[in-house]
Order: sequence, then structure tokens, then C-alpha cells
Amino acid sequence: MSNGQPPLDSPKIRRLTPVLEPGHTYASVTDKIASIVLTRPMSLGWLAGFTLSFSVLMMLTVAIAWLIMKGTGIWGINIPVGWGFAIVNFVWWIGIGHAGTLISAILFLLNQKWRTSINRFAEAMTLFAVACAGIFPLIHTGRPWMAYYMFPYPSAMGIWPQFRSPLIWDVFAVSTYGTVSLLFWFVGLIPDLATLRDRAKSKTQQIIYGMLAMGWRGSARHWHRYQSAYLLLAGLATPLVLSVHTVVSFDFSIAIVPGWHTTIFPPYFVAGAIYSGFAMVLTIAIPLRKAYDLEDFITMRHLENMAKVMLATGLIVAYGYFFEYFMSQYSGNKFDLYLTQMRFHGPYAHFYYALILCNILTPQLLWFQKVRTNVPVLFLISLIINLGMWLERFVIVVISLTRDFMPSAWGRYSATVWDYATFVGTLGLFTTMMFLFVRGLPAISIAEMRELVAHSEEHE
Amino acid sequence: MDGMRAHDHHDEHLHNEHDASPEHKGHEHHEHDGEVEELATGEHKLDLAAVRAKLATKTGKQYWRTLEELSDDPDFSELMHREFPKHASEWDDSVDRRDFLKLMAASLAFAGMSGCGRAPEEHIVPYVKQPDGMVLGKPLYFATAMAFGGDALGLLVESHEGRPTKIEGNPDHPSSLGATDAIAQASVLNLYDPDRAQVVTYLGEIRSWSQFLDKASSLSAETKATNGVGFRILTGTVTSPSLAKQIQALLKLYPQAKWHQWEPAVSDGAREGGKLAFGRYVNAVYRVEKAEVILALDSDFLSSGPGHVRYMKEFYRRRHLNGPEDKMNRLYAVEPTPTVTGATADDRLPLRASDVDAFARALAAKLGLGGSAAAPAGSEEWLDAVAKDLQEHRGTSLVVAGEQQTAAVHALAHAINGALGNAGATVYYTEPIEANPVNQLESLRDLCADMDAGKVETLLMIGVNPVYTAPHDFDFKSKLMAFAPGTREKKVKTSIYVNSHFDETADDCDWHVAESHFLETWGDARAYDGTLSIVQPLISSLYHTHSAREVLAAFSDKPGVTDYDALRESLSPSYFTALSNSPEFAKLWRKTLNDGFVANSALPPLAGLSAKLHVASLPPVAAIPAGEYEFIFRPDPCVYDGRFANNGWLQELPKPVTKLTWDNAAYVSPKTKDDLNLGYQKVAARGGEHGQIVSDVVDISLSQSKVSAAVWIVPGQADGVVVLPLGYGRSKAGYTGTNKGFNAYVVRTSGALWTASGKDIKPTGERYSLACTQYHFNMEGRKILSTGTLDEYRKNPAFAHEEDEQPSKELTLYQNFDYSKRQAWSMAIDLNKCNGCNACVVACQSENNIPVVGKDQVMRGREMHWIRIDRYYLAKTETNDPTTHYDPETKKDVLANPPTFFQPVPCQQCENAPCEQVCPVGATVHSAEGLNDMVYNRCIGTRYCSNNCPYKVRRFNFLRFQDWETPSLKLQRNPEVTVRSRGVMEKCTYCIQRISNVRIEAEKANDGKGRPIRDGEIVTACEAACPSEAIVFGDQNDKNSRVAKLKAQQRNYTIMGELNARPRTTYLAAVRNPNPDLEKA
Repeated sequence: MSNGQPPLDSPKIRRLTPVLEPGHTYASVTDKIASIVLTRPMSLGWLAGFTLSFSVLMMLTVAIAWLIMKGTGIWGINIPVGWGFAIVNFVWWIGIGHAGTLISAILFLLNQKWRTSINRFAEAMTLFAVACAGIFPLIHTGRPWMAYYMFPYPSAMGIWPQFRSPLIWDVFAVSTYGTVSLLFWFVGLIPDLATLRDRAKSKTQQIIYGMLAMGWRGSARHWHRYQSAYLLLAGLATPLVLSVHTVVSFDFSIAIVPGWHTTIFPPYFVAGAIYSGFAMVLTIAIPLRKAYDLEDFITMRHLENMAKVMLATGLIVAYGYFFEYFMSQYSGNKFDLYLTQMRFHGPYAHFYYALILCNILTPQLLWFQKVRTNVPVLFLISLIINLGMWLERFVIVVISLTRDFMPSAWGRYSATVWDYATFVGTLGLFTTMMFLFVRGLPAISIAEMRELVAHSEEHE
Repeated sequence: MDGMRAHDHHDEHLHNEHDASPEHKGHEHHEHDGEVEELATGEHKLDLAAVRAKLATKTGKQYWRTLEELSDDPDFSELMHREFPKHASEWDDSVDRRDFLKLMAASLAFAGMSGCGRAPEEHIVPYVKQPDGMVLGKPLYFATAMAFGGDALGLLVESHEGRPTKIEGNPDHPSSLGATDAIAQASVLNLYDPDRAQVVTYLGEIRSWSQFLDKASSLSAETKATNGVGFRILTGTVTSPSLAKQIQALLKLYPQAKWHQWEPAVSDGAREGGKLAFGRYVNAVYRVEKAEVILALDSDFLSSGPGHVRYMKEFYRRRHLNGPEDKMNRLYAVEPTPTVTGATADDRLPLRASDVDAFARALAAKLGLGGSAAAPAGSEEWLDAVAKDLQEHRGTSLVVAGEQQTAAVHALAHAINGALGNAGATVYYTEPIEANPVNQLESLRDLCADMDAGKVETLLMIGVNPVYTAPHDFDFKSKLMAFAPGTREKKVKTSIYVNSHFDETADDCDWHVAESHFLETWGDARAYDGTLSIVQPLISSLYHTHSAREVLAAFSDKPGVTDYDALRESLSPSYFTALSNSPEFAKLWRKTLNDGFVANSALPPLAGLSAKLHVASLPPVAAIPAGEYEFIFRPDPCVYDGRFANNGWLQELPKPVTKLTWDNAAYVSPKTKDDLNLGYQKVAARGGEHGQIVSDVVDISLSQSKVSAAVWIVPGQADGVVVLPLGYGRSKAGYTGTNKGFNAYVVRTSGALWTASGKDIKPTGERYSLACTQYHFNMEGRKILSTGTLDEYRKNPAFAHEEDEQPSKELTLYQNFDYSKRQAWSMAIDLNKCNGCNACVVACQSENNIPVVGKDQVMRGREMHWIRIDRYYLAKTETNDPTTHYDPETKKDVLANPPTFFQPVPCQQCENAPCEQVCPVGATVHSAEGLNDMVYNRCIGTRYCSNNCPYKVRRFNFLRFQDWETPSLKLQRNPEVTVRSRGVMEKCTYCIQRISNVRIEAEKANDGKGRPIRDGEIVTACEAACPSEAIVFGDQNDKNSRVAKLKAQQRNYTIMGELNARPRTTYLAAVRNPNPDLEKA
């Protein structure tokens, strides 16, 4: 494919697929990306997808309304399994929300040019995933209308949250992460919003994009400040990528429940988060580039790189699984020992085997370039990993609780229709926002793509 | 319009309360039609006709406006008001606070007098704490007694502003000694049962009491004329002398009348056994305290039957261990199915019920009483050991026969006790405590035969439910309904039924009189040893209910005599003769009410009674034919014979051994399950081991009748036995109790009242979900319940600490709190004394306003009990599955007779509580006295605390489990304990309200200078109820407190101490005292 093409920025990746297919100019890049938002007619596919997503979103609202009317008893949770789908979904969505900021911030700092064409929608995905995740800690409480007790507001009675609880750390970690991700995303959008404003035909679009563009005129000073701000935000976001899931993992590792109380959780949760995040980016990127003919911008190189990240993080996750097992054997702690045995032989063993199949065995296919470059297979693998990571959270959250210390209190958990409705409903929320995003904002950063064009031209 | 709606609402209410009689049917629309015109007659200025006339002049919108205007008219209001009984509106669902207080004040006032001033003042006397006047917010305690099961349990009832809320034992009463049982604890809920019958009805239509009195007086006149021919009374076992006297007086008035008795869950074995042994009916009173060796022949004497609370107290006092040098009694149990008594016996032998008879004969033969019966297969060694042990303890041993056993076994027990010199030592005999002991099966049979023959014209039934409980071959229902041949007239011309509920029998009776609860009436009853106990009312009748005594009086020549008078009259000859109306009398009366019983009224031992039993001449044992199964009927440990079926606390109470709730099931042993090809007993995912178990359903055909029942596998049950618990399958018990479980009465015949044989038990292929709160019985090698034998204990007094791993207290990031400066509340639970009787569980539920969640929620693992009783089998196996119970190596049935242990688990009140650390809002925090407190207002319900609780004692309100609507249930609640809303976590508080009450009193003492709180001054609800004194609460900083002394014992240990939670609740290891001879075998 790159035959006869000029080398890119370094000899090392010269033989690789380019991050931007050749032949693009500033104008063509801008046209192509802006057209999705401004000129393309609404396709039947988009309409169908949006309608479906929106209906599923409505199911979520029904499920939440019923929940607030009746109480968390409509779910399958019980004593001893106090946490079920809600927390599984929370951790899963938060994990997915990791890839965007990682791609935008860490890869930006590491000067990885291939991030450019995927960072925008990956960030959007992050925000939407965090929004989906954010619903759960609120609605899973018995009295959601009292959940504001978790915030350190100046109460007349001088009562503060209990800062030793990891749930409070969660509140800060997730809200900080959400805020910084939103800022980072929005700052990155400003030049593109200005482009859209300038190209918009209708008055409404001009006004909306104009307001959002915050008076961007593209002067050198603007660009200078923009780039400093972007760099600073990238620096700010980078530690958050690592901290959020570390803190989420504390929800478990701080507790004394066997299967939760392990020191390996923070790194293994972060790796798992990136793993599932990249899987979700792939799950979205593959249909997106197909639907809007963005194969030139999201090239095979991107897909392959993401596959490699998945392979690497997948191996870290596998290491985590192994060490959980090893430590339970090595420590001789009878509770941990029982729990790890139970994962293999207990009533939920099929979940554990499915988890190993999805998260450890399937990604091994990614060692092969043929697999990495086969788009349908890659898509399938990304779906399997998404499922696998959900199962991982189920195994950790639910199975550990079913059999902890007192055998007399052991129980089981089975999700009710409302559990499923809420989970599937957040998928609807996520895809609805995704559909709106694709049509309302540039899914790929125009400004940065133009930089990429400039880069390629320099090397010509 | 609004005014109108309110009236309509009243109308609906009226219908609810008084049912809809045809002439009242048109109420909702009586403004528009003329059906109720007759109601409007009278000397009032305005009547409906006038209203209608007035309205007829109006049309359209004006019509309504006019009606509104009318509603302001005082005449119209008066008209509307006159239609409804006064204060009917107060019983509306939406009682506001003011009305509620008014009503409460009224109830209180009425509690002090009855009969609305007709009768002289009837004082009830506060028992323990007698304030100068009523102090609002301060409960009063009144002594009363609950007559139940041929016994009377002395009670102290806590009353808040006139509402009885909590039952406690009466420490001075011999049958209670301060403790209670689960059923007595739950009986207060029956008072507030919204499904209680509330009025007198005739053929289902509401009648006034005076209409009933009219009917009674006309019936009396007729009966008098015929000398009482055809007049029959059917009651349960009556131990109330005053009631019996009333009945006797009636029988004197109507010489041809007859009195029948029927108690479905107690056999005639005990009565007839006495007759066999002594030639007369006697009452056996055990002195368990004096017995060193006890043999229970299919007897659950520690948890049911007369005197069981007292016996439990005495029994476990002999098992109190201060150290390894202490002695313990020894209990042998021979029984078909594990009971509370048998499951915790030192040595237990599962035998079929019919084999228990054979075993008793063999034992008698062995002890030289004649006869030559061989011991049942497999029990020979056991028999030798027991016989030897009994002989070695002449005069200090005791043989107890079970309530459901045959007369022969009872007679043999009497004979053996006599031969061992126990009579007069560990057991003595008195005159029966029953007023009129008869063979009740025969009594009921006579009644049925007479009904069939048309000899019964008037049938008065009091407190029995024969349509549901009578043997099915008697077919009581159709006898009650049968027509005289060739006529349109019923054979039983008038049937009058007095009962608390409109139940199965009520459907087929003419008159139904709603019966008052024992907390609403005056009365008396004899306790197990004959002590005459006084039943005092705590509240005036909540509804239009009447007592059995009032109904009986209506038929007597002294109608209208009050319960109070009847009681005093009944007492007077024996008690008050010389004193009546003197000042001493008043004093004595007050004292009696205060004590709750007549001092020194226990029946004296009968002199010169010795068992003259020719063992050889006993009728042969009714053997079970080879290849057939033995079906035995037992009262249910929770709902008893069915009378408590509508009591939610008892329905949701896990049965002691099986841990089933809301259902009964056909119990079989693991091996019998295999024989019957019933493989299926599966843990369902919903709730799992702590909730829903799906089981096979079988069809059981016995004596031409059939019933379908779910099967439940009970380790330790005798092989070949199928237990059919009574009391379920009620078709008309009320909202809570109807259609729960299966009705075992359906296959119970008079010929096989307790034991039947048959082989027709077949799986139907259907499955049924049972709600079981603890299916897992294996401790999985964890240190949860520590046990040993007495020998082991003596060799190694610290056996409970083997493999102990106590982390250092310094292993914490946070500073340790110094608890030494104040009281450090803590609890010690002696597992050596717990037999899982459940009294504590219901006591806690009653004290702490714990909701009932229903079967579906229990199946989801969401029951709310703050204290649960775990049951473990020490089976030497890895299995936890009763469907695979053979040890793979030895091929032995490991669950044939596993040692069974019970462990009450309330909140452990950890000093280093894992729950507190993870609560994000500080809703669970530690007090300076070491309590782990729950702040409901602050709780947002993340459930993290429960996840992190290693003992899983926290309970969450997943839904709104409390009933906030039913007014009567509101009256039951303890005002000192928050009624929790949905979405908050709750758990045992060590009854913090009781701690605070005592602390406040102590701080107020000495003119505000305060005094130390005495040990034993604070008693938690579970501790107070516990008949075996297994639970002890106190200040562990006080080295002389009971709890500190228990904790100083080497048997004291913490559950999973290695977790470093440092619980304040600790346990004392269970020590069993098995016969070493049997151990070797």
C-alpha cells in the first residue's frame, strides 16, 4: 500500500501503513470530515440506528423510574450479594472510559501521531461511558435522593462524608476524571467548531457552532495558547487515567471480602480498563469508518496499533488473573483459597471459564498480523473482549460476595429483568449519544488532521 | 363535592367493617335512590326524603352546589352523622395524629375498666415499675398469662400508652421464670392481626351483640325446656377453672347437654398412659433440675408441651459450666425426626415412631419390668448403654415420653420412672391440670356420631377449628352441613362458633362470634404444675369481640355476667372465702394481679401413687408392615396446629432444624429420599443457599385420601419415616396464612391419628420452591462453631482456641480507642445452652419493629431478622449436599444421624468494625461504649457495609418492607425503635433503647449525681426471652459482671478472630456429654 510513497516521519515506521492515506490536502481533509456534520443528508442507516438506540434509552428511563418508585429490591441483589449488575456495569463503563483520555493525553505526550484520527471520538466515547457509569453509583443506593450526602458540602450540622470509605474516593476520582475529560475534549474541539461555524450554511448552525467556538479566529496567539492549554490538560489528564481505575479498584481491595482484598487490583484494574477501552474504540471505529468512508483517516495502521495495545494489556490482565490464583495458593489464606477454587468449581464456574476464553485466549490471536489486519475478525475480537471484561467485573463483584466468610449466610445472585433493562438501557444511552455526536460534531479532529497533512507534506 | 366524597369513603369503610348486609347495599348512592329511606326515619328535623325533595327542585350544576351547601347545614350533618357509628371515622386508614392520640387515651382509659361503667371498677395493677401516674413514653408492665397447649405461660406484657407491644416472661411465675418461647412472643401480633374477625355474624351477615344475646336467650329457653337434649359444647383442652365452672354450671342447668373436647396437636397418649399406669388420669410434673440422666422417648419436652419453658430453664442450668471440673447432665433422645430437644441431645438415636414404642418396651424389660420385647434392629447397643446409665442414676434419672406418643409409651415411662425411684424425685404426679380430662378422640367421635344421628341440635364451638383439624374420616364439614332426611332443615339446627378468625369452620356455621384475644380479656388458667394463673386484659377489645366466657354466660341463667365477675366468682370459694369484701381481700386481689398468679396454688403431689403396669399385657406394638413407610403427624414448630398460620412472625420464622419458612414439607431422611427415587433438591440461583430451594413434589395417598407435598430432606431423621407437619394448607386463615404449604389433616384419620403406614408416595414430577434461610450446613473448615465433648474439654479446657490466630491490636493505621473508661457493652453466647428454639428471634422482631417480608423475598435472600440461628451438622464429610450423603471413601451415610449444633448470630458489634470503615456517609459509627451504631437518617443505602461484614448480620430494606398502612399493625410497634423506611440498612443494636432507658435512670439517681449501672439491669430482648440463659449481656469492663466472667472462661472464643474485627459478641464453645460407651461404638 505504501509502495512508492514518500517515507513518513521516521525510518522505523516507514514500512508501515500510513496514519493518513496519501493524497489528502488541507481542503480535502476538512471537506471530508466537516461534510459528515454539515452537508451529508441524514441516512436511513443513521435514522434506524438512532431510533433503536433512543428506544433502548427510553427503556432505561422506565427502568430507573420504576427503581425509584419501588426500591433496589426490583434487582436481584440480596444479602449476601449486596452489589450486583449496578456495580458491575459501573466498573465496566468506567473501564471503557479509559481509552479516550489515554489516547488523547498519554499518546499525545508521547508524540504518537497515529492517535490523531481516533482521539476525538475516543474522547467522546470516554465522556459517554463516564456518563453511563456515573448513573450507577447514584441509582444503586437505597435512597438516591439522599446521595448528596456523599459530597463534602457545608452541612449545617457539620457532618462530613466518611473519608475513609473508598466510595468517597470514587466520588472524587470519577467526578474529577469526568470534568477533566470534558474540558480536554472541549478544548480540542474549539478550532474545529470554528471551522464548522465558518462553513455552516444555516443560521442555527452558525449560531450554535459560533457560540461553542468561543470566538476562535485561528490567530497565531490563539494557536499558541491553545497548544499550551492542550498540553497542560494532557499532562493533567495523564495521571487521572491511572488514578481513576486505581481508585475504583480500591472499592474492592480495601474491603476484606475474599476475592476483593488483593494488592494486585490497582494495576490490574488499570490494565483491564485500557484493555476494554481499546476494545470499545475498535467496536466503534470499525463501523464508523465504514459508514462514513473514513478508511483514509482511520487506517489499518490504527486498527493494528490498537490491536497491539489490546494484546499487551490483555497479557497484563492475564498476569493479574494468574497472580490472584497464585497468591491465594501461596498465602494459604483459607478464605481466598476457597474462593479461587470456587471460581473453578462453584455454581458460577461457567462464568469464569467464559471469562478466561474471552479475555485470555481470544486476544492471543492478535499475535498474528493476519488477524490484526482482518477487519471483521478484529471487530469480533473487540466485541468478545468487551464481553470478557464485563464478565471479569461480574466474577469479581458478584461471585466473591456469594461465598465469603460465614457458610451459613452463603447465597447466590440472579439478575432480574430490571437488572438487564438498566444495563441494556445504558448501552442505549451510550449509542444514542454516539449517534448524536457523529452527526453533530466532527468525529475526527480536523485541525489535527491538517497538521498531519502538513507533516506528510513536509516529508514529501 | 369534596364533602360528598368523604362520605362515600365512610360508606365503603362501613362495609368493610360490618360487611354488606342486603339492606345496606345501596349506601354509596343513597342520595340518589330511595332504598335506604327507612334509615332516615325518626324525630330528626331533616330526613333523606326531605333532602331529596330539596334537591329535586334543583337541576344541573346547581344540584351539586346545593348538596355542598347542605353539607354545612347542621341538620344535614346530623343526619349524615347518625348513619354511622360514632367514631367510625377514627378507624379510617388515615388516622391523623390527634385522633390517634385521642384514641390511645381512650384505650388507656378503657384499659382500667371494662363494661363501660356497668360493672364495678376493675383494677389492673402495674407489675414491676409502678409510677405514681401514667408517664407518657414510659411503658408499664402487667402480669398476665397465655393459656396454650394445656399449659399457661406466665407473662409480663409491656404496654405503651395502653397498647401492649411486647411480651416478656414473668420471672415469678413457675412456668416461665422470666423466659418465654417463640409462640408466646409472637402472640402479641395476633392481637393486632388485621384479619381478625371483628363482629358477630349470622350466616355471614353482621349482627349486633344484643341480637346474639336474644338468640341465646331464646335458645336457652328451648334448651331448658328439653333439659338440654341436643345441646353440645365443643372446646379445646380447658385448663381454666373459671371457664370450666361456667361450662359445668351450664351442664347442671341442662342435664342432657354434653361437653366435648378436641385438641388436634396433642395426643391422648399422655392421658391414657396415666390411666394405664395408675388407673386414673394424672398430670406428670418433671423436676428436670434434679435429673442427671434424661431419656426422651420421642419427646420435645424442651420446646413444646406443658412446662417446656420451665423445663428448658432447669435443663440448661444443669449444663452451666464454669470450668472443666463442673458436671453436666446427660440427655438421650430416641426420636423419629430431629426436634429441638433431640437434635441437641448428647446421644441421639433415630428410630421410627413405632419403634420408639418397641424400644420403650425393650428398655422396660431390660430394667426388670417384665415383658420380653426385643429392641428394634440396630438399637441394641444403645439400649444397653442407656439402661446401664439409667440404673446407675436411680432417683436422679428421668424418662420423658413425647406428647405424640402412644399411651403404652407413656405408661412405660411412668413404670420405668417408678422402677428407677424417680417418682417423687425427678417426677411427681398431681391431679390433672385439665378441668375435665377425657379421651378427646373419642369425645370428638361421639360428637360426630351424634351429629350424624341427628341428636345434636345446638352446637357451640369455642376456639376449635374442627372443619380444618378433625380427622378426615369424621368429615366434620358435611356433618355440620347435613340436612335431616326428607327435610330442608339442617340436622344441627343452630351452630355457634366462637373464634378469633372467620375461618374454615366459620363458613359452615350459623353464628360466628368474634373472640377476644387473651390480652383483651379476664380469665385464668392452670400452669403445668397446677399454679392458677390470672389472665389480665391489657387493652379493651379493639373490635366488637367477646370472650368465650361471655358467650357461655349468655346461655346460662346469669347472662351478662362479665369475665371479671366470672373470674372473681370462680376464685372466691377456694381463695377468698373468709375475706370477701374485707380490706385484706382487696390487698390480696391486688397482690394476685400483681404477681399474675395465685400464690401457692400449685397442685400438691398425689400421695400413694405407684405405677401398676403389666408390661406383658400391653397391646402389641402397631408395627409398620415391611416395605411400607411410616407417616407421622407432628405440630409445626412455628404455626403449631394451624392456629398461628396467620401470624407473619411465625410464618417467617425459620423452623429450628430445617430452616424452612412459609411452608411445611414432607420430611424424609437422605436415605429414604434415595429409596423413593427423589433426587431433586436444587439450589435455585435466586437467593441460592440462602433463599430458594427447589424440591420434588410427591403425592401421598393414605387411607383413601391424597395430598401433594414438597419433599424436604432432613439429615438425622429415621429412615423410612415421612413426617407430615400439621398446621399448613389453611384454606381460610387470613391474608398471611391462607394457602401456605400443604394440609396434612387431609390424610389424617382417626384410626391413624399420629402414625400411619403406607407405601403410596410417588413423585409427581412437579417441582416446588421452598424458602429456606440456611441450606448450607458445612462449616468448610472455618472456626465458626466450636464444639467438643466433656472429656475433650476436661483434657484440654482451651480446645476452643486451637488454631487460634489473633492478630495484634497494633496492626491498624488508626489509633485504637480506649474503651476502658466507660462501660463496654458486650455479649456472651453459651453455645452449650442453645438448642435453636427461636424464642430470641421473635423477641427481637417484636422489640425492634422488624418487618415481615414474605415468602418471595425470603426466597431472594432478604429476610430481615436481626438475630438468626445458624444450624450446622458436624458431618465428617466434604459434602454440603443432602442429596449426595455417602462418604465416598467409607460409603457410610454421613447424614444418617449427624451431630447438630445451633448458633445464634446477632450483630457481633466489632470494635474494629469492617462495616464502619467503608460507609461513605458515616451512617454506621462507633459509640464510646463500643457499640456499632446505625444512623438510619444518614444511611443512603450503598450496602457496602453489608458486603464488608464478615458475619453477614446486616439487613437491608430492599423494598418498603414495613406495613405503613394497616392501622392495627401500627399499634403493635415499639415507640422506642425507629420504623425503618426502604433503602436503609439495619441490624442488631444490642437493644440500644433498653441500654439508654437504664442509663438515663441511673444518671438521674441520687438527685442527679447518678449511680453505676448494675449488672443485669440491662437485658436485651433476646436475652430476656431465652429460656436457657444462653445469651448474657453486660459490661465487660466490670470484672464481676456475668458477661465478663463468661468471657474469662477458656471456652470463650470469637468467630473467625483472625479477621481482627474484634467482635464484642463472643461465644462459649458447646460441650456435649455423650455416653463414653456409645462413643467407642
